[in-house]
Amino acid sequence: MRAEQISVFLENKAGRLCEVTGILAEAHVNIRALALADTSDFGVLRLIVDDTDKAKEALKKAGFTVGKTNVLAVEVPDRPGGLHEILDFLQSSHINVEYMYAFVQQTGNNAVMIFRFDNTDEALRVIQEKGLRVIDGKTLYGM
Amino acid sequence: MIYDIEYETMPREALEAIQLRRLKATIDRCYASVPFYRKKFEAAGITPGDIQSLKDLQRLPFTTKQDLRDNYPFGMFAVPMENVVRIHASSGTTGQPTVVGYTARDVDTWAGLMARSLMAGGASRGDIIHNAYGYGLFTGGLGAHYGAEKLGASVIPVSGGNTKRQVVIMRDFGPTILTATPSYALHLAEVAEELGVSFRDLNFKYGIFGAEPWSEKMRGEIEEKLGLVAVDIYGLSEVIGPGVAMECHEAKNGLHIFEDHFIPEIINPETGEVLPYGEIGELVFTSITKEAFPVLRYRTRDITSLNPEPCICGRTVVRMNKVSGRSDDMLIIRGVNVFPSQIESVLMEMQNVEPHYQLVVDREGQLDILTVMVEVSEAMFSDEVKTLQGMEREITKNIKEYLGVSAKVKLVEPKAIARSQGKAVRVIDNRNI
Repeated sequence: MRAEQISVFLENKAGRLCEVTGILAEAHVNIRALALADTSDFGVLRLIVDDTDKAKEALKKAGFTVGKTNVLAVEVPDRPGGLHEILDFLQSSHINVEYMYAFVQQTGNNAVMIFRFDNTDEALRVIQEKGLRVIDGKTLYGM
Repeated sequence: MIYDIEYETMPREALEAIQLRRLKATIDRCYASVPFYRKKFEAAGITPGDIQSLKDLQRLPFTTKQDLRDNYPFGMFAVPMENVVRIHASSGTTGQPTVVGYTARDVDTWAGLMARSLMAGGASRGDIIHNAYGYGLFTGGLGAHYGAEKLGASVIPVSGGNTKRQVVIMRDFGPTILTATPSYALHLAEVAEELGVSFRDLNFKYGIFGAEPWSEKMRGEIEEKLGLVAVDIYGLSEVIGPGVAMECHEAKNGLHIFEDHFIPEIINPETGEVLPYGEIGELVFTSITKEAFPVLRYRTRDITSLNPEPCICGRTVVRMNKVSGRSDDMLIIRGVNVFPSQIESVLMEMQNVEPHYQLVVDREGQLDILTVMVEVSEAMFSDEVKTLQGMEREITKNIKEYLGVSAKVKLVEPKAIARSQGKAVRVIDNRNI
């Protein structure tokens, strides 16, 4: 049920993000979702793409440092309080969210959030127990 | 004024007779007491008896910093530990600093040399010396301190750091002599100004600055801002510490080497060939009075030249010109010696950190800023910013712990560090000293 996310190390310099999107375009990789975390010196770009291995290879070939991480794509009711209920539940279950960001597409009436947990296995167990829907990687990349 | 008029103004001939006698005694002692020297002599096919003139010194093999490291910690000591009363060490990575020892007589010799130096720099009995060299393993603080006491001056052992308190002390105690690294002296002046204290209104007459390279331009700036006469002092712990050579305030033109204790040579750093007076090369020292830690032909890696011309101050010993560079890649950051290889060891010791790095040195205001750029490898990369920032902090902490110097660590992309002909450029020094 996990989804793969690639992360790219970027210096905080003009044009670096553009360089990444250029490489992915050339490799015909479609970006499904992304989030950028940055400090004054560097940033970490996190991406969900339609072809993780191809994207990773293309970026590595261009000299970027690339990592691969497991994340969970969780359906979130698209209404006021929808996200809050899930976060509240995770907190009471002692599941730590390292970071999260939104997926572009919806599934039906639900939004999709990408979660990075400190303990993915435990998070998956708790979330499924609760009956929340987790979208597996394959489905996610093709959405 | 001259502290030791007999030795500092001795006719050349008499000086050389003393040098030869002391050199022979030092060589005998090294051969008898330090296995490292005995082995080196044997490998070169030389016995102490072969050294019959000062020129014969050239037949001896050189001693390098690596030799000192290989004999860490006390392997180069020529006396039993019960005769060693003081130990100093230069910065190093774990287990690799350079350790030096002193007998009671060595400490006294050193104090005498520093008393000579302070007097050459304008100090005398009755002066109050504000000693802002760091106290501790570094030889600067204690070296200047003992010399000041020997001279009969009043010494304020203020050490480095805590700059605001230093300004208050300078204002209230009225010191007349400042001893510090030149960059710290300028930093003091800046902080004083921020606190509304004008250095020019203080009682300072002379400043004795060393432990890092500084230019004539910087001398002008210091003299202008601090309202004192700035003179240069030279030394290194391997030879004895500060007080190996000292500029006189009368001429401010080259540093008088105390040749009755140290024999200087200038060599071609590539070939080892001894060069005549006036030619530029690497400075080499042989100590001829030290007991605990004698050195034979120690390669300082400092680039300079020797000037035998008599000086207007009356001293007859040879002068070395200001050090113009290094024959290795050592950097001096705020008075601390830093080798790129030390940073490399720190990075290597840390799990997962591949040592693709570069040191960038800038001077912001008056202080040296060391930035260590580290390329992020896949093994050390994390998708979490806090992990990467934690890594930066850890590298900074380890560098501070092992080398005693503060560095800013910056993670950079692979191949961000310029490589020239496939080899990484390890050091970019943007200071225009």
